[in-house]
Amino acid sequence: MGLLSDPVRRRALARLVLRLNAPLCVLSYVAGIAWFLALAFPPLTQRTYMSENAMGSTMVEEQFAGGERARSFARDFAAHRRKSGALPVAWLEWTMRSVGLEVYTQSFSRKLPFPDETHERYMVSGINVYGILRAPRAASTESLVLTVPCGPESPNSQAVGLMLALAAHFRGQIYWAKDIIFLVTEHDLLGSEAWLEAYHDVNVTGMQSSPLQGRAGAIQAAVALELSSDVVTSLDVAVEGLNGQLPNLDLLNLFQTFCQKGGLLCTLQGKLQPQDWTSADGPLQGVQTLLLMALQQASGHPHGAHGLFLRYRVEALTLRGVNSFRQYKYDLVAVGKALEGMFRKLNHLLERLHQSFFFYLLPALSRFVSIGLYMPAAGFLLLVLGLKALELWVQLHEAGVGPEEAGGTPGSSPPLPATQRVGLASLVAPLLISQAVGLALYVLPVLGQHVAAQHFPVAEAEAVVLTLLAVYAAGLALPHSTHWVLSTQAPDRSWMALKLVALIYLALQLACITLTNFSLGFLLAATMVPGAALTKPSGPRPLRAALLVLTSPAAALLGGLFLWQRLQEAPLSLAEGWRLFLAVLAQGVLAHHTYGALLFPLLALGLFPCWLLFWNVLFWKR
Amino acid sequence: MAATAPLSLLVLLLLGPGVWGQTEPPRDSLREELVITPLPSGDVAATFQFRTRWDSELQREEGTDHSFLRYAVLPREVVCTENLTPWKKLLPCSSKAGLSVLLKADRLFHTSYHSQAVHIRPVCRDARCASISWELRQTLSVVFDAFVTGQGKQDWSLFRMFSRTLTEPCPLASESRVYVDVTNYSQDNETLEVYPPPLTTYQDVVLGTRKTYAVYDLLDTAVINNSRSLNLQLKWKRPPGNEAPPTPFLYAQRYVSGYGLHNGELSTLLYNTHPYRAFPVLLLDTVPWYLRLYVHTLTITSKGKENKPSYIHYQPAQDRMQPHLLEMLIQLPASSVTKVSIQFERALLKWTEYTPDPNHGFYVSPSVLSALVPSEVAAQPVDWEESPLFNTLFPASDSSSYFVRLYTEPLLVSLPTPDFSMPYNVICLTCTVVAVCYGSFYNLLTRTFQIEEPSKGGLARRLANLIRRARGVPPL
Repeated sequence: MGLLSDPVRRRALARLVLRLNAPLCVLSYVAGIAWFLALAFPPLTQRTYMSENAMGSTMVEEQFAGGERARSFARDFAAHRRKSGALPVAWLEWTMRSVGLEVYTQSFSRKLPFPDETHERYMVSGINVYGILRAPRAASTESLVLTVPCGPESPNSQAVGLMLALAAHFRGQIYWAKDIIFLVTEHDLLGSEAWLEAYHDVNVTGMQSSPLQGRAGAIQAAVALELSSDVVTSLDVAVEGLNGQLPNLDLLNLFQTFCQKGGLLCTLQGKLQPQDWTSADGPLQGVQTLLLMALQQASGHPHGAHGLFLRYRVEALTLRGVNSFRQYKYDLVAVGKALEGMFRKLNHLLERLHQSFFFYLLPALSRFVSIGLYMPAAGFLLLVLGLKALELWVQLHEAGVGPEEAGGTPGSSPPLPATQRVGLASLVAPLLISQAVGLALYVLPVLGQHVAAQHFPVAEAEAVVLTLLAVYAAGLALPHSTHWVLSTQAPDRSWMALKLVALIYLALQLACITLTNFSLGFLLAATMVPGAALTKPSGPRPLRAALLVLTSPAAALLGGLFLWQRLQEAPLSLAEGWRLFLAVLAQGVLAHHTYGALLFPLLALGLFPCWLLFWNVLFWKR
Repeated sequence: MAATAPLSLLVLLLLGPGVWGQTEPPRDSLREELVITPLPSGDVAATFQFRTRWDSELQREEGTDHSFLRYAVLPREVVCTENLTPWKKLLPCSSKAGLSVLLKADRLFHTSYHSQAVHIRPVCRDARCASISWELRQTLSVVFDAFVTGQGKQDWSLFRMFSRTLTEPCPLASESRVYVDVTNYSQDNETLEVYPPPLTTYQDVVLGTRKTYAVYDLLDTAVINNSRSLNLQLKWKRPPGNEAPPTPFLYAQRYVSGYGLHNGELSTLLYNTHPYRAFPVLLLDTVPWYLRLYVHTLTITSKGKENKPSYIHYQPAQDRMQPHLLEMLIQLPASSVTKVSIQFERALLKWTEYTPDPNHGFYVSPSVLSALVPSEVAAQPVDWEESPLFNTLFPASDSSSYFVRLYTEPLLVSLPTPDFSMPYNVICLTCTVVAVCYGSFYNLLTRTFQIEEPSKGGLARRLANLIRRARGVPPL
């Protein structure tokens, strides 16, 4: 502490910060990125292990043998579905009752804020059917959920068949301690959201639904199942939920245990699991999986019907049966046995899943990176912002450094008159205007869609996306508009003050995001930090402007899309990429309104205004 | 809650020795009976009842002192063999003879429903109530599940249910009977056959519906002597369909709404499915103190309108002392759903107050509903042409309703729980260190330091300056 309270040493320290600032920033940035990429390599990734005692040592024997029954249920379901064109509610009710479940239905309807062109829906109404297997002699205080989302694109009839066959098998057993809810939802995620809201008797998204007649206590865990063929070659598991929430790692460990026990081929993010972690091949494959997971988690979009359960503190994951061109195929019995095993072990749980990690990254199914090990990567990136802010602070502060030293440091501004004070009043206008643009970006597209659709030859969904882009572009004209308001007496000092505020604002936002959704925070930091750090109103302005535009949130989104497609081994052409980008924008706005996803408001109300401040700094009138 | 449960047991024990301490009181008649009810779903319910009565010298007190009334609930208990064994030991014949030979634990715990009770009460011995007898009533109800136990076959017999048959009555019993409910099956539509055919039948109105029972009296030598054992068999002529079971006039449901660990809402749904009769219900709720109820949020709605209870008794909780007690008399309109909801906040417990498994959640006891429910008999339109003419002269009014006490399901509520582990300690420590460091760093960074020449000569200099000012000379 003496270092800072002694003015002489303090000045020396300040000089050091100023002189070494640029190399320190570069080093820190590179260290952050390198750390992230190194996460897939053994010292940083660890083997997963089961933490929960109740699920670890207890052995269960899977006895499910209803493959033929599952297939016939699936055939009947598909036939009834084709006949009625919608979910065959009556047939499902009858079948569930005949296997001995308590059956209830729930109808729901939702008018989307604007037509969803990807899924081709606007006014949605449907019926969820669920059956409850009551645990014998128990008081229905706890339950497990097996859910099958049915949508127009994904009929999922094999999953329904397997679910019913499992229900019939489970009904004959006496060992259940928790109720089991078998849930078939219509319109996939919308149905799940309606059911969950009704189950918890809340209304978060403006869904209209009938109240539930039957409940089964606190839901402890949920598994969503998606199957579209009688045989599968591999099972893919998805963990990322709404807003990047993840289930407890033990649930994934449980799935992996039964994958190994049943000899199933299991994949994560559609990638095969590397076997060899001693050479570089395994970790290199792990990096790809890790990046895919980071992108998926950063998008905040649920990666399956399980994603919506996580908000209600129900640990959940989605199992997806994949039928590809591999030679060795598994039938429904193998999948059913894995599910039976999982449910029996979940049935053993005494407490909610809480022992293992809630924050992790997965380079493979059997490897994970804990929060303590991945956080430094984001920390290094945010350090750049901190260093830059410190530099500006020292420069702005009279006591920090005299004019002669400031002039001597490379890349810093020309000497400042020591007597000049920073006018904080000059910061108010840019801050307010950029926040107002952010608010407009958040509100206008959905509010103004009808007006836009009337006056321009576009559909509502297009109008929303185009308004988004228009407001975004209009924000770029901000520096010129702020100049009307500003009376700049000390242009140098005020842009530095503005940049200082912007840096701190950005660092604060990114830090908060990183704590809750590491992937989003890290990816945003990786793109936005260089632009933010380098912005200043001097030097080659077009070059700096280009860099800043390339590191804006929208560009980060576009870049993320290309990276995602590339990692999925389906590279995009530019035109396809642009079309996908427009679709993703519309989906993002929809996800916010229908499921309460937070990415859109976060970008519109938080990061975009912050980025505009940097844009403002760049075009500061000198 | 858990503390009050042993209290009530204590009361029983204190009463017990006082009675048994006398010279071997005559065990008055033991009556035992078993009621078997085939359910429309194919399941079978069996209810045992054993009643022992003995005389005591205790005098009946006039009235009841309500300050000694206690109500305690232990919502967490799950029944198992440990509950059954001591219960069986209270029976006069233990499980050696009579109906109690059927009480085999391995079969009774293969059922889908299990309810076991002990009731003790004083009973007047004569009309003047000068002396009283004590009655010990033990009941056990189980429901055998056709899906689990029957393995597809839905025919039942005593042997299939209990893996035992009846061979003799309990020698101490004055009455030992088996009743089989044949109400819906005995008449024209022969869906169920009972074997051996009953010698007598018995009719009564039970829970508002008219019932017919086939009676097998074990004391009647003809029942057992034919084959040395009685193995009652129920055979379905037509397999029961899987339609939804008929709904009773009154049922209830309880759940916790909301998510997150801060607030929540306790909701109780009361269903009155009677087509045209409204009836009042007394709702008793005890809620543990760590759910802090917001009483002003208590709302009762039926059919979208507010339903004002005619009587409310609320006793607020005291932390760690007593739970909330909420008692209301609510009128349920005909064919309606009434929602009673009250919001609560989850309290933080002291760290020693958490149970060993805090992440399991904390139980909230069931609400208790007491009501006079209109009977099925009265609800059915009377066929005036078929019934005797005197029915119109003397309409049955006394059996128009029956008393029911319902318990809703208990609730499991998770409270904000610290992570009792090493990472938790690490986080606490780190936060403290960061907070301390942040304060001093912030202080240092925002303060500007200026070098000030140390003043030389404190008091003397000031004195000198005073003198100099008085002399009109510039100060030092």
